Amino acid sequence: MKSSLKLALGLASAIAASTAVSNAAHAEDLTLCWAAWDPANALVELSKDFTKETGIGMKFEFVPWTNYADRFLNELNSHGKLCDLIIGDSQWIGGAAENGHYVKLNDFFDKEKISMDDFVPATVVGYSEWPKNTPNYWALPAMGDVVGWTYRKDWFSKPELQKEFKEKYGWDLGPPATFDQLKQIAEFFQKRQIDGKTVYGASIYTERGSEGITMGAMDVLYSYGFQYENPKKPYEMEGFVNSADSVKGLEFYKALYDCCTPPGASNSYMGEGVDAFKSGQVAMHMNFAFTWPGLQKDENVGGDKIGYFVNPKGPGGAQFAQLGGQGISVVSYSDKQESALKYIKWFANKDVQAKWWSLGGYSCLNSVVKDPKFPSSQPYAQAFLDSMAIVKDFWAEPSYAPLLQASQKRFHDYVVAGQGSAKDALDGLVKDWTQVFQDDGKM
Amino acid sequence: MLNRTVENVARATPEPLARKVRGISDKGLAWLFISPTILLLLAINIFPLFWAIYLSFTNYRANRPNEVVKNLGFANYQRILGDQDIWIAMQTTAHFVFWTILLQTLIGFTLAWLIDRKFRGHAFWTTLILVPMMLSPAVVGNFWRFLYEPQIGLFSYVISFVSGIPPTSIQMLSNVSLAPWSIIIVDTWMWTPYVMLICLAGLRSIPEYIYEAAEVDRASNWRQFWSITLPMALPFIMLAVLFRGIENFKMFDMVNLLTGGGPGSTTEVASITLKRQAFESWRTGYSSAFAIILFVAVFGLANIYVKALNKVKQR
Repeated sequence: MKSSLKLALGLASAIAASTAVSNAAHAEDLTLCWAAWDPANALVELSKDFTKETGIGMKFEFVPWTNYADRFLNELNSHGKLCDLIIGDSQWIGGAAENGHYVKLNDFFDKEKISMDDFVPATVVGYSEWPKNTPNYWALPAMGDVVGWTYRKDWFSKPELQKEFKEKYGWDLGPPATFDQLKQIAEFFQKRQIDGKTVYGASIYTERGSEGITMGAMDVLYSYGFQYENPKKPYEMEGFVNSADSVKGLEFYKALYDCCTPPGASNSYMGEGVDAFKSGQVAMHMNFAFTWPGLQKDENVGGDKIGYFVNPKGPGGAQFAQLGGQGISVVSYSDKQESALKYIKWFANKDVQAKWWSLGGYSCLNSVVKDPKFPSSQPYAQAFLDSMAIVKDFWAEPSYAPLLQASQKRFHDYVVAGQGSAKDALDGLVKDWTQVFQDDGKM
Repeated sequence: MLNRTVENVARATPEPLARKVRGISDKGLAWLFISPTILLLLAINIFPLFWAIYLSFTNYRANRPNEVVKNLGFANYQRILGDQDIWIAMQTTAHFVFWTILLQTLIGFTLAWLIDRKFRGHAFWTTLILVPMMLSPAVVGNFWRFLYEPQIGLFSYVISFVSGIPPTSIQMLSNVSLAPWSIIIVDTWMWTPYVMLICLAGLRSIPEYIYEAAEVDRASNWRQFWSITLPMALPFIMLAVLFRGIENFKMFDMVNLLTGGGPGSTTEVASITLKRQAFESWRTGYSSAFAIILFVAVFGLANIYVKALNKVKQR
């Protein structure tokens, strides 16, 4: 009896001791929160080097895009300790800074000699600064992203189609330089039989629930002359958001949706777009650049069959593209801020950034993207570079969520449901956004 | 056996505790037993209700916990009642509730009446009809989304086969006119069995001798239906309508899965608007006021309806 008691006690102590040792080993494990997508897998791979160098383990909390904002904004708002590091969307920066969710990184950057001048300027403004265009940094640019286009190079190069296209439109079938050309190509391919299959013109963003249709419509509106506010008087939107040029831009987006998208594409965003392109349904495909490495590798549509082009020019020659991407921040509720800052320091390193790009992440470091070898490093590298040079982003105000909700509703009501006119939609948007800023006491 | 167990437990109870328990009245003991449940109800039902009422008079936003909370009086309520989008959402909800209840009651009662004939294999058919009701709404929503697909969906294919319209033109979830009906069809498919079950219970509760007396009086089948079956099953039908009405008034899952409120806002029912305001726009005070308005509306309508139901039962 005595010996079995001793044995039990011994076993219990051994288990307790091993648990304690294992807990101690994992006490400094960092949890990084991000969206569940291809670049996240690349980051897991990359972070193994960090663990090797520092001994600090990495855990990851990845949430699908559809729940990404809900899940992590809830986490931040409830001052949760789940995430030590977070790669938050660019539009969160205002709210996260003003509500104290992110640690301000200025002192840390100064101490560690991390200079924001070393990063692509648009990504610093878009992902790190709040207030915008002031040297107050809340994140390190982590994943550059921008809306661009892919096209079926193999279809575009079919001699019979090239001939027919030239006869019909008077110019050579190729990546479009303007939105009018893009629409002509989309019309040309719409319901065409290619290799015995009916194909369609283009896949564009039409999603209603989160941010899809806003990202897509803005991608066109910017180049038509849309502006969020009077550059000389902040928050004055009348005549800028709903200018005659903006109205034309929104009418164009609706015309493109009506004429040239696949049937039933009324709620389409990143995933649906990729599916449409991969399944050989569409000739062109609007999507964030993060989808390009995966498409390039695809057996059916990748390799020599795919091409990339920058968002085309508007009627006046202006050319902009919707910014995507995110910065990496330290969560102010984390108990492991010191280790989290170590990760940021490691991630900012030139060699780590070069490896990040090679694994499928989009580095924002100048030394990587300005390397002479960069444009030829991947078939989509040049299109990415050119796109990043012309980016604009949605509001990053603390109230970005209601601002986004308003544009989602107004754009979807007009573009997809065909209710009212483009002018009505944009006038309504000015009204909604004015209300949001009045509630915030900014007007 | 039970007595012995009780005696053993009584004997094992320490004397000081036993003395205390002996001093508790029956009423006190009853309160002691139900108090955990009451406390739980207060914590998860009553407190949140009063908290929501309080928040509805403020500008509180859950995503800005550090901001000063201001008392707005009835401003949130005024804004909601004057908001055209809210009224459109309420109309959409009413349209949805009306058609689903009408279809589910008509089809459900007809099915119950047929099943009540007790034909050969009626038990098998009853089980088969009940299957949709047993599925998870998440499964049903995703499954119907595929069925409605214009390019690969079975539903579009069948309609195309029957009507000759190309399947790619049948865009149930994208077309403004068809999208509300796509949800009505799915909800009817899923919940008609529920209405059928309640109606069947009503039909089976009618005593056989009443029909025998009617037979003796040489009443026709039609006359028996109008004078016996329908009036006696009416309270059950009304109960089914009440349950489905309350459920569909707050319908969220199916709409969210099938259309997400789109295209545009054509299927945006009140619960979707409420979710967007509360958890996407983070207008906690405003959405609390909207939730209270919805609660009062459902509560008021249900009360009026229950009074009508009681009158029918007393007839």
